[in-house]
Amino acid sequence: MEPNKILEQLNEIFKDELDNDGIKLSNDTKADDVEGWDSLTHIQLVVAIEKKFKIRFTSKEIQSWKNVGELVDCITRKQLS
Amino acid sequence: MLWAIINGSVYKYAKINMPTFNELKKNLKKDFSNYKKIKVALLGDTATQFLKQALRGTGFEKEVDLDIWEADFNQIERQVFDPSSELFEFNPEVIIIFHSAHKLLDRYNKLNPTLQNSLAITQLELINNIVITINSQLKCKIIYYNYTEINDSVFGNYANKIESSFLFQLRKLNFELMVFAAKQSSFYVCDLSSIQNHSGKINLFQPSIYINTEMILKIDILPEVAKKTIDLIGAMTGSFKKCLILDLDNTMWGGVIGDDGLENIQLGSLGIGKSFTEFQYWIKKLKNRGIILAVCSKNTESVAKEPFEKHPDMVLRLDDIAVFVANWGNKADNIRQIQSILNIGFDSMVFLDDNPFERNIVRENINGITVPELPEDPADYLEFLYTLNLFETTSISNEDAERTKQYQVEAERVVLQKSFTNEDDFLKSLNMVSFIEPFNKFNTPRVAQLSQRSNQFNLRTVRYTEAEIENSIVDENIISFTFTLSDKFGDNGMICVIILRREDKDNLFIDTWFMSCRVLKRGMENFVLNAIVNCAKENGYSFLKGEYIHTEKNALVKDHYFQLGFEQATNHWILEVNNYQEKKCFIKTKYINGT
Repeated sequence: MEPNKILEQLNEIFKDELDNDGIKLSNDTKADDVEGWDSLTHIQLVVAIEKKFKIRFTSKEIQSWKNVGELVDCITRKQLS
Repeated sequence: MLWAIINGSVYKYAKINMPTFNELKKNLKKDFSNYKKIKVALLGDTATQFLKQALRGTGFEKEVDLDIWEADFNQIERQVFDPSSELFEFNPEVIIIFHSAHKLLDRYNKLNPTLQNSLAITQLELINNIVITINSQLKCKIIYYNYTEINDSVFGNYANKIESSFLFQLRKLNFELMVFAAKQSSFYVCDLSSIQNHSGKINLFQPSIYINTEMILKIDILPEVAKKTIDLIGAMTGSFKKCLILDLDNTMWGGVIGDDGLENIQLGSLGIGKSFTEFQYWIKKLKNRGIILAVCSKNTESVAKEPFEKHPDMVLRLDDIAVFVANWGNKADNIRQIQSILNIGFDSMVFLDDNPFERNIVRENINGITVPELPEDPADYLEFLYTLNLFETTSISNEDAERTKQYQVEAERVVLQKSFTNEDDFLKSLNMVSFIEPFNKFNTPRVAQLSQRSNQFNLRTVRYTEAEIENSIVDENIISFTFTLSDKFGDNGMICVIILRREDKDNLFIDTWFMSCRVLKRGMENFVLNAIVNCAKENGYSFLKGEYIHTEKNALVKDHYFQLGFEQATNHWILEVNNYQEKKCFIKTKYINGT
C-alpha cells in the first residue's frame, strides 16, 4: 500500500479513536501535536491500527516511533514482509 | 435493553450487538444525570484505566451512573489494610477487586518450590483478610474477578496430577473462591474465567500490550468484562429478570401444533427435536430457580395445551407455567395481560419468539421488555442465550421455587374475583390468614432478599443486607414485623416487611414498609397498619411517623399514608395512634412469637 494511502487511513483511525474530527496527520506529526494522544490512548491506537492493517507490532515497535512518518514506515515494512 | 438486540441478518446466525470499547468511551461524554448513581471503587494489581472507562461507559447503556474511584496501580492491599486510606474515605457501595492471574503466576514463580503447593490457600487467606477488613469498616458489596487460566506447561498434562503445578493451584483457587463466596454474603465472584473459556485466551490477553502497559485485558474484550460486571451490580441494586415469556410453535417445539398435530411436532432425542428438548431442560432449570414462566402463543388454547398434557417428550408441563395465554390476539396485548396478573415490571421480563415479526411488535410496543433476536437455527438457541447472561441474580431463597404455584393461584383468583359483584364478599370468601413474626435467623435471608428486590410497593426503598437485618434483631430501638398471607387457594409466603425505629418516647418511625404487589387489593395495607398501631400503643408511643421517598418505580404508593389517614407534616406523615379507628379487613391474624 502507498505510504500516502496509509497516512490517510491512519488519519481516519485517529479521528475515530480520539473522537476528534479536526485531526490532520502528516509524517512530521508527533504525539505532543495531537490533543488526546497520550500513553493510554496510544495503546488504543495501536490496537486499532493492528486490526485495520491486519498486522501485529512487536512490544519494541510499539514504543519506537518518534513521529507518524516512522509509524507509516513500520506499517509499510510489515505489509511487505 | 441494547444488549439483547442483535445485529446482523436474521437469516444467517445472530451475533450479539456488543458495543466496541471506542463506543463505550464515547458514552463517557453523554448525560448521566437521570441515571441512578452508584459509588464504585476499582482496585487492581494491573493497570485498570481502560477497565474503568469500559465500566462507566457500559453503565450508561444500562442507565446507571457509576461514580468510579480508581486506586493507583497495584495498591489493593495498601488501600484495604490502611484504615485511613482513600478507599475508606470514598465510602463506596461496591468494591471491585481485580487480582490478575499474571500476578498470581509471578508470585508462584518466586515461591520456594516446597511452598508452591500452598499458593491457593495462601492467596485465599489474603482474600479472606481483605474481605474481613473491608466488612469491618464499610457496608458494601465486593466483586472479585476469578482467575483466568494460564497453563505454564511446565508439567504438560501431568500438571493435573501434581498439586504443586501452577494450573493445579489456580484451578483450586477458583474452586475455593466459590466455596468462600457461598459463605460470605457480601462477596460476589465475577466470572472472568468463563469469559476466557468462551472467547479464548488469545482474545483476552495480548503480550505486547501487557509488556508495554501492565494492562492485562485486551481492549476488544473489555466491553464483555464490563457487561458481566455491570450485570452483577445491576442485580445488586434490584434490576434483574423475573419472568420468561415463551412462544410455542418453533420455539418450544419444532413445527406448528395446529397444522402438524401432536404426533408430528419435533421433540425428543432424535434430529432437530433434540434442540428443543435441550432448550426446554434449560427453561425448566430457570423455573426451578424461581424464574416465572409464561406462555404467549397465537393458537387455540386447547390445541396449544395439548403437547403439555400429552406429548411424552415435553419437559415442560402445564404446572410449570404460571400464566398460559393462547389466543389469536396481538402478542403485545397478551403480554400486557400477563403483566397485569404477575404485577411485575416489563423491564424484568424476557420474551422468546422465533418469529422476527412478533419480536418487533412486542419490542416496539412494550417499553423495557427484553426481546433477544433468536438465531434462525434452533440448534443455536442455547449457546446464544448462554452468552446473553440474562438471568443474573445476587440471591436465591427457597421461596423462589414456590413462585410459579403462587402466580397460578393468582390467575385463579382473578377468575374468581370476576364472579363477585361485591368486593367485601369476594375478600371474605378468600379465607385469608396472615402469620406475623419478628425477624429471626430463619427468615433473615428472605427479608434481605425482599429488601433488595421490592421496587413498586416500597415506601423508602432503603436496601438492607442480610447482615444488617441480623443486627437489627438485637437492636433495642428497632421493632420488626414480617407478614405472610395465605388464602383458600394457597400460601403466598412472606409478602410484607415492616421496620419500626424508635425516634423518642413519643414517636415511632416507619423506617421500612414494603410489600409484594401480588397481594394488592386484599386489604393487607389495613391489616398491617392495624398491627403496627397496636404495637405502637402497647409500647406507649403516641405517634407513628411515615415517609415516602420517591423513586422511578414506587409511584404506586405515593399516596399510601394519605389513604391510610395519616396527616401531612413538612416532609413526612403523622398518625396519632390513640385516636386510631381499627380499619376494616378480612384477614385473620396469627402471631408466631409476639414482640
